[in-house]
Amino acid sequence: MLSYIIRRLMYAVPIIIGVNVLTALLFFRVNTPDDMARKILGEKFVTPAAVENWKKDHGYDLPAFINTDEHGAGIVTQTIFFQKSAPLLWFDFGRSDRNNIDIGREIRGRMWASLAIGLPTFIFAIIINLFLAMILAYLRGTLLDTWGLFICVIMMSISILFYIIGGQFFLGKALRLLPISGYDTGLHSIKFLILPVIVALIGSTGAGVRFYRTVFLEETGRDYIRTARAKGLGESRVLFKHALKNAMIPVLTNVVVSIPFLFYGSLIMESFFSIPGLGSFTIDAIQAQDFAIVRSMVYLGSILYIIGLILTDISYTLVDPRVVFD
Amino acid sequence: MPTPRYLDKSGRSLPPEAEARRVARAVYEIKIKKDIRYEDHPAFAKKPDGTPLYNALTDKEIEDIEGIEDLPERATRGLIAEDYVLQIKRMADPLVASPVLPILEKYILGLKELELKMREDLTAIRKERKEKAGPSYNQSLDEQLNPIVFDYAKYSLPGALVVDRYTYRIILKRKYPQFIYWLAMPFFSPMPREVLEFYNQSKLMAKNITLDRYPVGTGPFVMKSFNPNMEIILEANKNYHEDRYPESGEPGDEAAGFLADSGKRLPFIRRAVYKLEKEAIPRWNKFLQGYYDNSGISSESFDQAVTFGAAGRPEITSFIRDKGIKLQTSVMPTTYYAGFNMLDDVVGGYSVSKQKLRQAITIAINYEEYLEIFNNGRGMPAFSPLPPGIFGHIEGKEGINPFVYTWDSKKQVPHRRSLEYAKKLMIEAGYPAGRDSKGRPLEITFDNAWTGPGQADLIKWYIKKFKLLGIQLVNRTTDYNRFQEKMRGGNFQFFSWGWNADYPDPENFLFLLLGSNSKVRHKGENVANYMNPEFDRLFDIMENMDNSPKRLAIIKKMLRIAQKDSPWVWGYHPLSFGLYHKWVKNIKPNAMANNTLKYIRLDASTREQARKEWNKPRFLPVALFIIILGGIILFSITSMKRRKG
Repeated sequence: MLSYIIRRLMYAVPIIIGVNVLTALLFFRVNTPDDMARKILGEKFVTPAAVENWKKDHGYDLPAFINTDEHGAGIVTQTIFFQKSAPLLWFDFGRSDRNNIDIGREIRGRMWASLAIGLPTFIFAIIINLFLAMILAYLRGTLLDTWGLFICVIMMSISILFYIIGGQFFLGKALRLLPISGYDTGLHSIKFLILPVIVALIGSTGAGVRFYRTVFLEETGRDYIRTARAKGLGESRVLFKHALKNAMIPVLTNVVVSIPFLFYGSLIMESFFSIPGLGSFTIDAIQAQDFAIVRSMVYLGSILYIIGLILTDISYTLVDPRVVFD
Repeated sequence: MPTPRYLDKSGRSLPPEAEARRVARAVYEIKIKKDIRYEDHPAFAKKPDGTPLYNALTDKEIEDIEGIEDLPERATRGLIAEDYVLQIKRMADPLVASPVLPILEKYILGLKELELKMREDLTAIRKERKEKAGPSYNQSLDEQLNPIVFDYAKYSLPGALVVDRYTYRIILKRKYPQFIYWLAMPFFSPMPREVLEFYNQSKLMAKNITLDRYPVGTGPFVMKSFNPNMEIILEANKNYHEDRYPESGEPGDEAAGFLADSGKRLPFIRRAVYKLEKEAIPRWNKFLQGYYDNSGISSESFDQAVTFGAAGRPEITSFIRDKGIKLQTSVMPTTYYAGFNMLDDVVGGYSVSKQKLRQAITIAINYEEYLEIFNNGRGMPAFSPLPPGIFGHIEGKEGINPFVYTWDSKKQVPHRRSLEYAKKLMIEAGYPAGRDSKGRPLEITFDNAWTGPGQADLIKWYIKKFKLLGIQLVNRTTDYNRFQEKMRGGNFQFFSWGWNADYPDPENFLFLLLGSNSKVRHKGENVANYMNPEFDRLFDIMENMDNSPKRLAIIKKMLRIAQKDSPWVWGYHPLSFGLYHKWVKNIKPNAMANNTLKYIRLDASTREQARKEWNKPRFLPVALFIIILGGIILFSITSMKRRKG
């Protein structure tokens, strides 16, 4: 297993470099270092000299990928790409271009707020979606199944924004049961987290239930289920004991890959509920044209994605003995 | 208020009204009060031997420090003139990247030279470090670990001098009456040397404990907590000097109750909490719930909050009034305008026909309609760059733009000239029905950065208005970076822009039309690239005058020249709407002042009572929902059992 993981990690290196190159290319295509300087220096009275100085002071006066003025290793190392991307390999995210804050520290501080919404949503969503999906699969072909599916399709067709604004209106404003938005630290944060978690759960239920129901129905058509029924097992036992266990591979594919992203946060949820997580950190950085943060967050996203894929592969071996590392 | 002494080239004193060209030096000698003390801060804490306690923190000491509050020892010291001089020198520090340096170095004696010297030294330090490190040199990483710190004491600045412990002198290279406004801005706040030394520790920077997050000052409030992603908390500064609520004000202030707290010690509030709310809807709802003391009004909430009365005056709706919420409106010192590129062959130029073409377009773009459709009526059409409240803005008949408006003497209001009049101007301009002499339709490109949702309607509106004159407006929306690039290069014909006052002086608006401030030619803020020699000549005279009837007469002449040339479609001045709860006292709109928090008083018990009353939970609908959900679950179980049976 260890050699498999090492091999996968080695495969990840060119992917990560590629992601970094693409990020730099795309970012500088839309947003040159001059644009960044003007944005950060302010809208008024920005002289060309001030722009040049800002670039010098922040290391953006170098060529993007190849420095023909240098010799030897300097051709590669004395470039914006190398100077800004190389430290990422040892997770030194550097300082923000805009306000000089330490990005790594900011990420470590903010990820807990993202996790505070992401983790309960993740756990409850799995439980609720699996439970409802199994009920619908169990009741397949009945009126309840038809209506359940219909409601699921409606729920997945509605934008998350509707659930957010609706949730804030009904539970926050009309019923006055929960704070409309906000965040606090420690245990005080719980009252602020209930509404976003409820909204996120409602938002994910339609698609989740439909997906898992399909998985279960696929399993219930297999030979081993027919055998289980033939030997006289009850439907609930067949479904909850036999089908559930064997449906775990597609379930895990869906679930494990998203575990690392629990830290990453949600752009819309964090914005509407004023949660100071990594989602709002990223969107703020894009708006402020802060390449240092955007680069760090994209890098972190690609790392998390690779971790998610590796975790998924590992989890397969836990639920399916036929899957082995090669 | 500091008053400058003017000196000529030989150092002889000149009278205050001396002509600007005769003034070689303007000397501001500023005396500070002796009883001002800084807030308590770890930077001032000292060891028994008198050396700073926290200026050389070790790795071990810093391990458990998460914020400035983790440094328990605090002290203060008195404000001295040296702190101001240090801050002025600091503006020249290239690593501070002060946004006002390009402006102030034009005025403060030696500031430009100081900047160049520091820049030279910085380059030398970096070169040395690079040569030492070789190809592996990484400037950002290197300066993260070993920040480059300038010892300001080693640099002299002839334009900022300490006279004695409580007096400092600023010397300007020319007469610049607007300098008084700059002195009131944060760039001139005093900076204690100890504080800079404290924050220059790279280990503290790595913990995000920096001067911008935890500033040190002498004002009424101190930064208790700085988390811009969630909240910023200010607390009353216990070292704040004796400061009392004003005993007199503007006419009407007494009747409005603004002088009820006269003579009382400031500040009134012990703690101010600023919460980050990114979205307008939750922010508005929380204001209505009483969790925010004041609020603006977004366009989504406007109809819920404001209605226009019979006289067209904004009033709050009964829903808002019943909550005891009050409305305050004020015209902002801002001008949103559209403009022409005066360097363009088609829309630019100064011939009579070009003037008439631009005047016709200015008439057709009906900003009264614009404000109604897109701004809930929040604004007033502009006659010139000068918004109300800025010297030179004239109300009534005398203040209108006669090329676009006539005066309705019956109603005593300006009346926009008719479309027929505009079409007549088009004929005189050589574009009858929007076509040139060869019958080709006149096509004008419109550059903007209106990429947001809903802004497509704005563009359509402009296209429709140009079409009224037969002109085809070709929209060229781009992102803001590309838009700015086009403006800098002069690659545009018609554009939209805005300007917010830096300080309340007409110079700060009229320089937007000054030839030497042209964006294309001089990289300035005159985006229209307007250049009228007479306007520029009058500007030079007006710029250095104090507000007086003579200055007003010059401004009037300048405005008339610009109105005739019409480099801008004069746009509008936005109207700010502010709402505040009944428990908030002493709020008076002031778009220029930044220190009004100290005057605000709160009736906390009324607020607490209102919050309780307005936010009683309603459990009945929840109970009903639970019953219905229970019914569905019961039905499901019954169905499952039936199926099993």
